Order: sequence, then structure tokens, then C-alpha cells
Amino acid sequence: MFQMNRGKGVRMKPAFMWKLWLLLCVSVFALGGCAASSAVDQAKNENQNDSSSAGKEGDVVKVGILHSLSGTMAISEVSLRDAELMAIEEINASGGLLGKKIEPVVEDGASDWPTFAEKAKKLLQKDQVAAIFGGWTSASRKAMLPVVEQNNGLLWYPVQYEGMESSPNIFYTGATTNQQIVPAVSWLLKNRGKTFFLLGSDYVFPRTANKIIKAQLKAEGGQVVGEEYTPLGHTDYSTIISKIKQVKPAVVFNTLNGDSNVAFFKQLKDAGITPKDVTVMSVSIAEEEIRGIGPDVLAGHLAVWNYFQTTDTPENKAFVQKYKEKYGQDRVTDDPIEAAYTAVHLWAEAVKKAGSFDVDQVKKAAAGLEYKAPEGTVKIDGETQHLWKTVRIGEIQADGQFKELWNSGQPVKPDPYLKSYPWGKGLSE
Amino acid sequence: MVNKRWGYWLFFAALFLAPFYLTEFRLSLLGKFLCFAIVAVGISLIWGYTGILSLGHGVYFGLGAYCMAMYLKLEASRGHLPDFMEWSGVRELPWFWKPFAHPMVAIAAAIALPTLLAALLSYLTFKNRIQGVYFSLLSQAVVVVFVTLFIGKQEWTGGTNGLTNFSTVFGFSLSSPLTQIVLYWLTAAVLALIFVMTRRLTTGQLGKVLIAIRDAENRVRFLGFNPTVYKVFVYSLSAAFAGVAGALFVLQVGLISPEMMGIIPSIEMVLWAAVGGRHSLMGAIIGAIVMNTAKSFLSENYPDLWLLLLGALFVVVVLFVPKGLAGIYESLAAVRIKEKRGHEREARVDVS
Amino acid sequence: MFIDQLFNGLSVGSILLLIAIGLAITFGLMGVINMAHGELMMVGAYTTYVIQQWFTSHMPHSAGLYFVAAIPLSFLAAALLGWGLEKSLIRHLYHRPLDSLLATWGISLILQQTARLIFGAPNVAVVPPSWLDGGIRLFGAVFPYKRLFILCLVLAIVFFLYMYLMKTRAGRRIQAVTMNRSMAACLGIATQKVDAYSFAIGSGLAGVAGCALTLLGPIGPTIGTYYIVDAFMVVILGGVGKLAGTLLGAFGIGLISTFVEYSTSATIAKVIVFVLIIAFLQWKPSGLLSVRTRSLD
Repeated sequence: MFQMNRGKGVRMKPAFMWKLWLLLCVSVFALGGCAASSAVDQAKNENQNDSSSAGKEGDVVKVGILHSLSGTMAISEVSLRDAELMAIEEINASGGLLGKKIEPVVEDGASDWPTFAEKAKKLLQKDQVAAIFGGWTSASRKAMLPVVEQNNGLLWYPVQYEGMESSPNIFYTGATTNQQIVPAVSWLLKNRGKTFFLLGSDYVFPRTANKIIKAQLKAEGGQVVGEEYTPLGHTDYSTIISKIKQVKPAVVFNTLNGDSNVAFFKQLKDAGITPKDVTVMSVSIAEEEIRGIGPDVLAGHLAVWNYFQTTDTPENKAFVQKYKEKYGQDRVTDDPIEAAYTAVHLWAEAVKKAGSFDVDQVKKAAAGLEYKAPEGTVKIDGETQHLWKTVRIGEIQADGQFKELWNSGQPVKPDPYLKSYPWGKGLSE
Repeated sequence: MVNKRWGYWLFFAALFLAPFYLTEFRLSLLGKFLCFAIVAVGISLIWGYTGILSLGHGVYFGLGAYCMAMYLKLEASRGHLPDFMEWSGVRELPWFWKPFAHPMVAIAAAIALPTLLAALLSYLTFKNRIQGVYFSLLSQAVVVVFVTLFIGKQEWTGGTNGLTNFSTVFGFSLSSPLTQIVLYWLTAAVLALIFVMTRRLTTGQLGKVLIAIRDAENRVRFLGFNPTVYKVFVYSLSAAFAGVAGALFVLQVGLISPEMMGIIPSIEMVLWAAVGGRHSLMGAIIGAIVMNTAKSFLSENYPDLWLLLLGALFVVVVLFVPKGLAGIYESLAAVRIKEKRGHEREARVDVS
Repeated sequence: MFIDQLFNGLSVGSILLLIAIGLAITFGLMGVINMAHGELMMVGAYTTYVIQQWFTSHMPHSAGLYFVAAIPLSFLAAALLGWGLEKSLIRHLYHRPLDSLLATWGISLILQQTARLIFGAPNVAVVPPSWLDGGIRLFGAVFPYKRLFILCLVLAIVFFLYMYLMKTRAGRRIQAVTMNRSMAACLGIATQKVDAYSFAIGSGLAGVAGCALTLLGPIGPTIGTYYIVDAFMVVILGGVGKLAGTLLGAFGIGLISTFVEYSTSATIAKVIVFVLIIAFLQWKPSGLLSVRTRSLD
């Protein structure tokens, strides 16, 4: 039916003007309100800064916590927030830092990369935080990187990643490739066989990781018999499993992400492929993920990390106990959770050593700093701002925990650009 | 008419003066929202006026953004290969990247590529008389195709990380506050221009035909018009708006990744227009600004509640206020007129 | 290898059919763009999870039987929710399909977030019943029982649905209302009632799909989003209003995508399949099979 009465609005002159005035008032009011509130905030912050230089007692220092609390990544990142808050609580309980209480400002990155950039900017400019702990995906880190560099902020990024990066304003407390993937490949070549099938989700980490693995296999006498990428959120692996069955590799090197793992392992088991037939080595499956996949389909497969909940150190016993008491007995700890927790403590140690919250001084103090983390002793490498970490390979047990099969014995020096490996030369050129 | 114009003038004057009363952080948010407002104007044009619901505007926005980002990335790489290409094993700049070293090419492509893609898609679809929800779902399929491709071709597009870490535009540092203010003004100016242009279009003859197509396409056809031409034209135009918005977005936010052109952002774009009032261009602009402000504020303070609220908002808007904010104001205004007329009548009675 | 891939194709097709069959009713027959269809599947999946939890804590000896109870209960849970949705929301939007798309998208957000608040953001694990472990070995290929089970389940559903629509009074009423609402109303059919229970059936079938997919895939708040676009593509490709079309569409897409994936990669396969669908619809806008009609608009 024709509804040509839209033109009616044109004749409502007074009404329209009234409406627009209202709109305008509202918008100006809203914008003005924002401006006023941010001005007030800034004034507050300035006061704080003044007093911080005066070093008043009972004052607070703000730190930012920026993880995805909603959206697809919330699955993983919520636990990191919990671990970081716990670490902050511990520091506050033992008297705070330089006489100040730490006040966490928790922001939601919403699994959306511009939101990460926006919130990082807000934390640095508006809240003037001394440090930000945050991120999970490489994309979120890449989004925050220019922001922290331009504002000379400090970001502590707690997740293993693909390397090839070393920003002066970021500390990387998760593993880089030579602390996770490279030793795992060497171990597999020695213990499980020479033929590798590379399977990953179609995004940056698996593609970069597989490029490194291919270079390493070529140099160390292994062979790639298949390389497959599936779109994020892919849930049918029947064809890929057929391909695996056809080429019969000794090892499947799995860099799948998130939910795809569930589908892959369930369907792998159904296809009658057991850990005896082929070793699946995963780099993104930790205790937390095992709970969502179900230990029944994972038991016997391997993963490589720097920390397991079962890692036997006194610090870890205390850490696991405290975490479970605080957040529930059914919760588990894992590598990124531990790295996030350690990040806060490392920052605190660096601040104490520097005697200041100033970013440049904290960075200077952090170089060479050692700390007894739940995973064992870690050391900040001053040059790359990564950590020296112990590498551990574990087998998944029926109870969802890892049994450690191998560890590197001592912390491995971080080498994000793989410069110390002869075959790594061509990778970062 | 004169009064309405005054309102618009004031609104845009308030936008242009924003750098003087907003902090740097708030201004950068507002600048981002104005980019979204440009998209919303385009959505309002095709949905509110022509009745085409596109769930694929994220792609046009993304294409525009990527074109601009390619130029920025090349400028930031200073003659070297962009960093992500190096570690993806690319040794030489792909041919289709090369023209983007020139900013003018990038800007032209940011408008031309989305327009061409939209024209192609809409020409084929509308010529075959695929309408309504089928078109919406097809446009969604296009989103799936593009997002999968952009993620999969990491060596050319940066994969899920997208393109980021830019330094300069035309030699000016992107991080300097002055550049940001200039970019903000540019965005506000483009928004104003697009608003005026679209208003001209919709209040004229063309607008009437579009509304007629929305309400009864076949009758329009029987009257001798060719609706396909009109629909392709407005759809491509709105895609061009989205492309421009994407380019401006990248300049201000400094980041574009495939997620931002995905299904969810595309639907959110429609929501802005729906909340503001799909039939009103000004409503769509206000809708984009209000919704994003709310998102920024609520997801900051109540991340758990935010999605519930957003979902409820969809339902409430569709069920109870299908004309959005603009509709609310209109009906309020209508009530006022009635009251006023009532008073006048009473007054007249008194006199007589 | 060919047999393997053929089976994989049929299996993928059966999964697509399973997720699309509910939509074939709500969208295909009733014309409602239900973007919350994926979340109704999620409801089914979580129902299965809850039932499994109940079984393992109350009757640990016959815990494997939980799946038998889970299928009808998932249907009921999703159908009830669908019925409520129809009564409260969708019935106001029958004449505004684009708006129903937006409103149900809102519902899907609400359902996702509710699931997150109840069950937490991480995935939960459903351990498939042990009697579905393993598979048959035939011609050198393994046919997993779970995939066979899903194939049989979906064929059974199609059969019963067909019988229901063609042979029962209630089913014929649904057909009558979808073909000519006002005429059906004149003949004394309570069209509103028919709408409500058709929608409930469609939703319930989504619940069953969610339940069955716990065998193969993840169970989390966002699983609906993985399937929703595929489901719509199947229904559109098959032709709206025809169950047989949906059947053809699902198996067609399943076979093509597995064979393309086998010779290329999963990403390319996804792109190619979607491009093919878009191109095919340009050629045949009403899909593989369609209801012939003389009406305009």
C-alpha cells in the first residue's frame, strides 16, 4: 500500500523546531557532561600526581586491568582478571607498594580490538594508571601497542604468543616461540617421530608458528606431511581427519584455537584415532580448556607450556590453594593465569626496586629482576622485556590435569626473533 | 523550513566546536562515533527510505577502512615491506598494494571499491527481484565470504590482527593532538556534507520514488519506473558512505581488522539507525552517537548487563518504538501541537 | 578415500539438515526470520548438559542412558521457549519480517548472556554416552557411530515431520495456514494457535539439533552463532516452503563443501560454498525447489 504521508513532517514547523531544540539541548548537555566529568577526573588525577610526588601515606596508585569480560574471548580472559585481582589483593594485604594501596581499574575489552585500543587510551590518559595488565589475543595486543607506545605507558601481556615483537612499552610474561614451540618440536623429533601434520585455526598465531616449525623441521631433519587451517569457529573436522588418516603422520602439531579444539578432539576420537596412533601436541590447550573439551577425549595427548597446575614448587602449592579458596574449588589454574598473576608481582617488585611508579624507572629496574613464581624462578630479560622461563611438556590425564613428561631443567632465554637459531635467520628478515 | 535549518545548523555547530569543550580522549571517541553516524545515514537512506535492509554494511565499511589502512601502513613502513608481510613469508609487495602508496589512490579506492562491490551485488540481486529478507540474508553471506577471505589471506591483509601501528598521514604524525583535531573536523565536515546531500536527495522527487518502492515496489514498476535502477543507486551510494566512514575511522582509531567488518558489527550498524529512527536522517545520526556512547559507558561499568540491555533494546525498539528516538520526538511534538491548538480554540471561544 | 569423503559429505549434510530443519518450519513455512534459532540450539545443548549432570549424580550406574532422556527433554525445553517467544514477541511481527529479524537478534543476545550468567562463559563438557563410542569398519573406512546416529536421527525427524504435515489434522492445519491464512481462518482454523504450535515445533527441533551436536562439537554460550548463517543458507538454497528443498540443499552443501575442502582447504571451501550459493540464487532466486505461486509480493 502507498503510504505517501511522510511529507507530513515537513509541515510541522513549530513541532520540528521544538524537537530539534530538545535534541540539541540533550546532546550538548550530554557532551558537556562528559567533558565536565572528564575534567573533574583529570583534576582528581592531577591531585593524585601531586600527592604521589609528595608521597603521602594512605594514598592509592591505579593500575589498569584490561581483558575481554564479554564476547567470545571472555571464556579465557575472565580468569586472567581474577588472577590479577588476586595478586593485587595480596600486595595490598602485605602493605601495598611504596606506602600506597593498589587500586585496580577493571575495563572490558569486549573481544573487540578497537575497544582494547580505546580502553587502553582511557586508562592511560584519563585514569593515568601506572601499568596495564591485559590482553589475550595477538590482535588485542597489536591494537594496544601503538597506544601504550605513544602515551609511554606500560603493558604487561600474559599470554604465549608468536614472537617477532619487542615493544619498549610492553613486558611479555607468557612464552615466546623459543620457550614453547621450538623445544616442543625438538622433543617430538627425538621422542615421537619425524613426520608432522600442522593443523591450526586460520589466524596469525598458527600461521606464524607453523612457519617457524617448517623452518625448524627442515633444519633438524623432520618432514611436514600436511598443513591445514580452518576458519575460526569451524566445527566439522571430518575432512581434515580423513587427510590425517591418509598421510599417517607421527605427530599432529595442533594450533587450533578455542571451540574448534572441542570439535577436533571429539571427532578425532570417534574416527578411531588414539594417542597411540598419533601424538597430538597442542599449544593452546591448558587446564581451563580441558574442562570445556572433556578430559575423556584428551587423555593421552600432549601440550607444551611453562606451567601446569601440577607443577611442583612451594610457590605453586600456595598459589593454587589461594586461587581455589578465593574463586571456588572447581576452578583450575593454568599457564596464562599463572603468567598474569606473576606479571602483577613482577611489576610490584620492579616498582619497589625503582622506588617509583615512573614508567622509565620501572623499566630500568625491571631488567634482570628475578622472581620466584609458581612456575619456578623467572627472570626479566632487559633487552627484549620477555621472561626467562622453564619449558614443560605434559601429558593430559583422565582427571584433566597434566603429568609432566619433560622440562628444560632451567629457564630458557627468550629469543622472540629466533636470532640464536641458525635456521631462524630467514624468518625475521 | 527555516526553523528546521536552524536546528541543523546548531547541531553541526555544536559538533564543530567540540574540540573546544571536550578532552582529547572524549573527542577521539566522538570522532569515532561520527564515522559510525555517517554509516547510519547510509543505512537510513536504504532501509528507512527504500526498505532495503542490508546486513552487509560492515564489508563496505571494512573495504574503505582497509584501503586507507594500506596507504597508512605503507607510509609507516617507510619503503620497507609492512612488518606482517615479512613474517608471513612475502618477499615483495603484492601488485595490488603498490598503488596504495599514493594517498589519493587510497582515498579514491576507499570510495570506489565499496561502491563497485555494492553496485555489482545489488544489480544482480535486484535485477533478479530478490527482495526483503532474502536480500538481507544474502548480504550477510557476503560478509561471511569477505571476513573469511580477509582472515585467510594473512600475507596480504594482516589476518586477524588486521592493519595497525601507523605513524603518519601526509607526513603529519597521527598521534599528535592537532592532527586528531583536524581529522575530527574533517569527519564532522564529511558528516555534514553527506547529511545535506542525502537530505536534498530524499526531500526531492527521488525521495518520493524511494518511499514508493519501499511501500509497494510492484506498483512503482507498473507506473513505468524501473525500481532496480533506483535501488542499485541508493544501495551503492550508502555503500560509498560506509567506505568513506571506514577510511575516516582508520585515520582516527589507527586500526582495522576483519572482526570489524563481521556479522555482528554489521547488525549493530542497523541498530544505530533503528534506535535513532530509521526514517529520519538526523535520527540515525543521533542514534549512532547515543548508542555508541551508551555502549562505551555501559560496557565500561556493567559488562555483564551490557549484552542483556543491548538485546532488550532491540526487542523494545522493534516492538514499541519502531520509529526510534526521532519517532518519540515527533509524537511528543504532535501532542504539543494538539494541546496548543486546543488552547487556541479555547481562547477563541473565550473571546467570542 | 572416496568412500570416506562421501560419508563425510553425507554426515556434514545431515548436520546441516539437522540445524536447518527447525528453521525450515519457522522460516520456510511461517516466514519468521528467527535469528535466535542458534540460541534455541544452545538451549538444547545446555539441557543435555544439565540432564547429564543430573544422571551422573543421581543414577551413576546408568549414566550412559542420559542421552535417551536428553533428546525429548531438549525438544521440550526449546519448544517451550519458542512457544513463549511466539506468544510474547513474534506474533506481533508477522507482517514485519525485517523487524522480526532484528527483534530475534536481540533475543539471541539475551539468551547468550543468560547462558553465560547461569553456566559461566567457558564451555562445558558433555561426555558422549559410551554406547556411541567407536564406529563400524567397512571398505577400509571407519564410520563413527555418532555420525551414523545423527544421520539416522535426522532422517527419522524428516520422515516424522513429513508424515505429521501431510497425514495428521494438526499438520494439515499448519499447511493450510501457511498457504492461505485468511482462507484458513474463514474455514474455522484458529490461526493464532496454529502459529504458536508450529513455531514451538520448529524451536523444539532446534533443541534436538543442539542436543545431537553435543556429540561432535563444543557446548558454550556462543555455539548458536557458528551455525545460524549456515542454517539460513540451507533453507534459502533449498527453496522456502519446501521440506524436500531443505533436504536437497543440506546434502548438496554438505557434499560440495567436503569435496572442495578435501582438494583445497577449509577456508577456501567455505568461501567457495558461499559464493556458489550467492551465485546460484542469482540464477534461481527462489531456490532449488519452490512453491509455485502467482501472487506478487
